[in-house]
Amino acid sequence: MAEILSLREAVERFVHDGDTLALEGFTHLIPTAASHELIRQNKKDLTLVRMTPDLVYDLLIGAGCARKLVFSWGGNPGVGSLHRLRDAVEKHWPHKLEISEHSHAAMANAYVSGASNLPFAVLRGYQGSDLVKVNPDIKFIDCPFTGEKLAAVPSVRPDVTVIHAQKADRKGNVLIQGILGVQKEAALAAKRCIVTVEEIVDDLQAPMNACVLPTWAITAVCVVPGGAHPSYAHGYYERDNRFYQAWDPIARDRETFTAWIDEYIRGTEDFAQYQAKVNGEAK
Amino acid sequence: MSDFNTNEMMTVAAARRLGNGSVCFVGIGLPSKAANLARLTHAPEVVLIYESGPIGAKPSVLPLSIGDGELAETADTVVPTGEIFRYWLQGGRIDVGFLGAAQVDKFGNINTTVIGDYQAPKVRLPGAGGAPEIAGSAKKVLIILKQGHRTFVDKLAFITSVGHGEGGDHRKRLGLPGDGPVAIITDLCIMEPEAGTNEFIVTSLHPGVTREQVIENTGWQVRFADEVTTTEAPKAEELAALRDLEARTAEAHGQKGGDE
Repeated sequence: MAEILSLREAVERFVHDGDTLALEGFTHLIPTAASHELIRQNKKDLTLVRMTPDLVYDLLIGAGCARKLVFSWGGNPGVGSLHRLRDAVEKHWPHKLEISEHSHAAMANAYVSGASNLPFAVLRGYQGSDLVKVNPDIKFIDCPFTGEKLAAVPSVRPDVTVIHAQKADRKGNVLIQGILGVQKEAALAAKRCIVTVEEIVDDLQAPMNACVLPTWAITAVCVVPGGAHPSYAHGYYERDNRFYQAWDPIARDRETFTAWIDEYIRGTEDFAQYQAKVNGEAK
Repeated sequence: MSDFNTNEMMTVAAARRLGNGSVCFVGIGLPSKAANLARLTHAPEVVLIYESGPIGAKPSVLPLSIGDGELAETADTVVPTGEIFRYWLQGGRIDVGFLGAAQVDKFGNINTTVIGDYQAPKVRLPGAGGAPEIAGSAKKVLIILKQGHRTFVDKLAFITSVGHGEGGDHRKRLGLPGDGPVAIITDLCIMEPEAGTNEFIVTSLHPGVTREQVIENTGWQVRFADEVTTTEAPKAEELAALRDLEARTAEAHGQKGGDE
């Protein structure tokens, strides 16, 4: 059974320095509040896994929480670069970041095989790509039945997966609607799974075949309204495209970035206080 | 209709390559703009698939991200991302993969990873995304990007996604299932692979564009087909549909979308 906890307590108890962590959500339902809490608690040496690092990992990398990044597309969608990711890769700031770079197909397959309790994923991919030359985690195997050469990558098996979802019921069953990305697979591939939700309701009213994660398959549920901002939560709020644009100049320089996280993340107690501060200034 | 700019010509020329009813795996940015223009003009039955999970998306404005909510709301169905790559792409159900690029070479190979050395990059680009397997498994591939000698290069710093590899039948020897890129559509011209070598040569110049302009903006010794045609200028209805789409997008997002 999932425990219903504050995000602070869930991160304190279930995320440890040196853990492999996956914060998933494909453009939709990105667990931003969790990334903030990881920075507040100054978690270190994390191996961060995510198909699209997005702003959540730009934050964690710039804040010095990451040792390694496993990813497949590292841009600011619709805007341009992730400057903290680039600075870490190009100039080793705030320290050297090890990277393990894949394609989306391989990452998605690696989550599926992780959730399936298999050691590796197999796919028809990567033939001729230079990614094979720079990532030792991409190998080729011969199909034992046809002899076809296929790509193999290790399964993603995070210590902790964090996802955001629309709602949970009082027992901790979670309903996810809209663009699902690899959230279900990431949750089931992990040893521990924290889910932040917009709200807790008496009855999920989940339609048949809906994407529901049963309470006994996850570790903790935390109510964090707005916790996916500036990405969106379908049915609750839209993507804040302007924030993605505004992030570009904030993250471009080390000084403006550090001042921003000192003020807005390290300088606030929790995500609600952060939102009050950001929204108060916007008015 | 003579009042159009080169970006509009590029988008219209790319949109025309999508047949009605074809199943198209769409990259964000220019490919998404051209694919939606096709849907709004000559190809109302085109099926647009985005890697975030929507199948049959019919957005009223261009998405800024690959997973905008409107893609899901207007789709025939929304499936998990793993399923998109496993059942629909690898499963062989994609007719056309529509890709952008940071750089291409004369065999239609694509770099979206890095400029300079991978371990000590001059410029770190976003990376592969879905492109390597789209380029591999879609039955055919269209590439759209603006032409310049820094984007059309003789040798790629990094091959992220394979077009025709080293040319000839290299692609087949690599075991890639799809036919690979069949056209590169730019703001100056259309290039198509030459029979046999699979080197991209200019087959159509956009109206008003000279051979010299194409040569200046290509980083390899570009060659021209024996018969080079002139691309048909955008028709009034194509331009109107494109401009309406851009205006709606700007109003919805506060930015145009699809120009990166």
